[in-house]
Parts: sequence; C-alpha cells; structure tokens
Amino acid sequence: MSEDIYKEIILDHYKNPHNFGKMQNPDFKASDTNPLCGDHVEIQVKLSNGKVSDVKFIGRGCAISQASASLLTDLVMGKSIEELQKFDKEQLLEAMGNPDLGPVRIKCALLSLKTLKLGLYSYLSKNDNSNS
Amino acid sequence: MQSSLLDVETIRNDFPIFKVKFNGKSIAYLDNAATSQKPKQVINALVEFYETYNSNIHRGIYKISEKATDAYEKSREATARFIGCHDPSQVIFTRNTTESINLVAYTWGNKHIRKGSKIVLTMLEHHSNMVPWQELARQKGAEIEYVDIKEDGTLDMESFDDKIRNADLFAFTHVSNVLGTINDAKKLILRAHKEGAVVLLDGAQSAPHMPVNVTELDCDFFAFSAHKMLGPTGVGVLYGKKELLDQMPPFIMGGDMISEVHIQGAKWNELPWKFEGGTSNIADVIAFREAIRYLERIGINNVRGHEENLTRYALERLDRVKEIRVYGPRNISVRGGVIPFVMEKVHPHDVAAILDSEAIAVRSGNHCAQPLHENFDLDATTRASFYIYNTEEDVDRLVKGLEKVRRLMIK
Repeated sequence: MSEDIYKEIILDHYKNPHNFGKMQNPDFKASDTNPLCGDHVEIQVKLSNGKVSDVKFIGRGCAISQASASLLTDLVMGKSIEELQKFDKEQLLEAMGNPDLGPVRIKCALLSLKTLKLGLYSYLSKNDNSNS
Repeated sequence: MQSSLLDVETIRNDFPIFKVKFNGKSIAYLDNAATSQKPKQVINALVEFYETYNSNIHRGIYKISEKATDAYEKSREATARFIGCHDPSQVIFTRNTTESINLVAYTWGNKHIRKGSKIVLTMLEHHSNMVPWQELARQKGAEIEYVDIKEDGTLDMESFDDKIRNADLFAFTHVSNVLGTINDAKKLILRAHKEGAVVLLDGAQSAPHMPVNVTELDCDFFAFSAHKMLGPTGVGVLYGKKELLDQMPPFIMGGDMISEVHIQGAKWNELPWKFEGGTSNIADVIAFREAIRYLERIGINNVRGHEENLTRYALERLDRVKEIRVYGPRNISVRGGVIPFVMEKVHPHDVAAILDSEAIAVRSGNHCAQPLHENFDLDATTRASFYIYNTEEDVDRLVKGLEKVRRLMIK
C-alpha cells in the first residue's frame, strides 16, 4: 500500500515547487514525457564557469514527477558539469526520502533526472563537435 | 437503497480474493473494466483439469484426452448459447478481444479492404479496435473516418449518418470502456448494413454486463474476452457469420488448423478449428464455461440491473464532492457501470495511489483510449467500474477515500 510514498517533502515540493518557470537563453534545455502518466517535464540550465548558475523547470503531471523535478533543481544548483554527469538516481531518491515506489511509479520519480541527463549529454556532444 | 437483484453477500463468498486483507481491509475492487475477479468455481475448474484430466485435445484416443476435448467443445457450446448464436462452429477461441479483432483485420480485412476502401470507427474506441484498422488502412491505402461524440459521451448521430455513407467496414464498441456509453448497436448495425458495410462489434465491455444476442443484433463479427466476465485470462472469443468465416483464410498456420498436410501444401480444417492453430488455451477455455454458468445462474439481466443501481448511487454520491467532475452519459439507461472522473488540481495517478492506501482499486490513465481523452482535452482520468460483487459500501469507501485525497493533495 502506497500512502507513505506521499511523504511530507514530496507534498511540500508538489504544492510549492522550487525553481518553477522559464529562463531566458539557457545553455541547455530538454523535455520529456512519461507516456504512462502523461507526466511532462522541461528543464533549463544556465552555466557559468562550468557550474550550474541557474536551473528552472516547467511541467505538469503527478505529484511524484513534479516534486522530483523541484527537488532536483535544488540539488543540482551550483554543481559542476562533472558532478552533474555523476549525479545518479540514488541521490535523487534519497532526497525524496526513499519512497517505496513500485516499478510503475519509479518512472515518474526519475523523469526529471532523465530529462536533465538528456539535455546535458546533447549539450556535451554538441560542444565536443564544435571543439573538434 | 441496496440492490436486491443479486445476493451480493453470497456472491462475495464465492470470490477468494475478498478474504485477503490489505492493512486489515478487504479490497474494494473497482477496476472491473480492466479485468474481473474470479469465483472459486472457475478456479476449481482449472485445478480439476490440471489435476485429473490434463491432456491435449482433438488428438488423443485415450480417456482423459477425450474428456478434455469434450469439455473444451462444451465450453464453445456454452459460449455460443450465451451470446445467442445457434451454431457453435461460429465461435472461435482466441487469446483476447484484441486478438479476435486482429484475426478479422488480418484475414477478412486483408482480403476485402483495398485502396480507396472506407473504414468507419468511432471516437469511443479502445486502442485495440483502432490500431489494427489504422495499420490495415496504412498497408492498403484505405481511408478511416471517426464518428464524433457529443459532450455527454454519446455518439453524434448526425456525424454517424454522414460518415457511414459508402463504408466498407464499420467497427465499433458496444459499451465504452472509458465513459460507459452504451451504443444502440442494433440501430447502428442496421444502418451500416444499408450502406453495404460489414460490421464488427467490440463486446469486451458489453458481454460481461448485459444481455447480448448476436443473432438479433445481426452483427457480422462480435469480439469479447473471458477475463472480464469471471473467466480466466488468455481466452478471447470471436463470433462471425458463417458465410464470412467460411471465406476467410486462416490466421495462424500450424497444427490443428489443417485437415491434410502434404509436402506440396495443406488443406484447411473446417470451422471453427481452421482459426485455432496450435494447442489452444485448453484449461482456461474449459474453466470459462464455469464463468458462463455462474452468470447464467444469477441472470445477466440481474447483473445489468445491479450495476444500474450502483452506477446511479455512485453518480449521486460523486456529484456531491465539489472537486470531482464525472464524464459520460447521465442517463443510466445508456450507461454501463463505468465512471471516469477527475479531481480538480490532482493528477489521476495520485488519486489512484492514495485510494490504493485504503485498499480501493481503481484505474488511472488514458485506459487505452488516448484519442477519446484528447477529445475531452484530458491527459488522464481516474475510473471506477463495477461488477456483480460490488456494493454501495464500496462506493462509500471510494467517496471517503477521495476526501482523504483532497486533504493530502489540495492546498
């Protein structure tokens, strides 16, 4: 039974999301959808001196997906590109209080991280190409 | 008012799942449009088969194989009788409704749908009565038209009259799995036949819940699944008119569907075995007969009446919850026991997850009908759907659960 997946921290971030909105000229952005729930998340990142200087998200969907995106933006603020690359799902789930999510809802929880990584890797591969 | 049409207490005792406790509560199972629970009569038939006469059918000369063959064919006879079909050879066992529809698309459709043919569907269709036709149309260069629906979820008859003209195939659902809309199948079929169209009726949500007579309806094909009507998973049914089935080539090639095989080629078996290539789902087909017996014993008219009462009660209760909006027809006489709703500002998956914490099982998502949800500008809904073992108490638990959702999720 899954009531305890709605931990205080998840409900807080869902009702009052952090860093919600759009920014001007992000260095990279990406969006993705979870076809199961119809959850949608777009994440935008601005870098300065190789570190995340600003991050915002917009999205709609279930509490798990939106709270995870809000938490993720807090977690990655100020991180270097190397740290972003290393940032993994365990870190995100721990910040969410390790809710007992089944195989279905875990996809909601990880949508934001998947989206961030999509944006990051397409940014990195573009930069690799322009350097070479 | 508690329904007196069915002895629900006795019925519930036949279903072992209601004895299982989740956090001390038995489940309020409200996802019957997805699949029904199984009574012990059906479960026992499976056990009896595997324990006492497990064998392959249509082959063995020994006793238990003859018994299995007899039980399998008796199930076909019972199925035919249940849907008002006089000739059991017109009843083909498949894996599910989806496979039944695909069988028609790949055999009849492959032969008769060509470039410029017109396939007519409705906006109410489940993906399983949409995607096979889209794929066939793409391969053949045929066109597809969709009959519109009105705001209340009933078919727009003006749109139907317009779209049905010169149709070659009309495939539509008897009862919507999302909105519960009951289509006036007889009238629609009559009109489609005047256009010369062949008609496939998707009965996945009608056969379990209301009387169906394919002879009176005069549909050319009728498809449904055992698992939504107390039977096991893995058994679908396709009924077809004899002249159509006779002309159709087989769907799955292999053993049991042939009468003669030589190295130069094979001769197809006769109906219905022509369409049942390979070893069938023997145990589940045999157990399906017990499901039909069960429904016949309590009376399919009583099933429908019981669900009407529950639906009326649930609509009244849900209307009183301010944040809830219910979709689908308000007129109970054209609505099955299916209630989709949204709670303002709360995602349907969150609704379902919190209800789950109270041992209330509902479905959330697009219920395999994405175009229908887009029609109402929705991503998803939460859906409660009823069957013979549901009670007003289940509805009360749902409403109380929704109050908990509101407490947790709304600012």
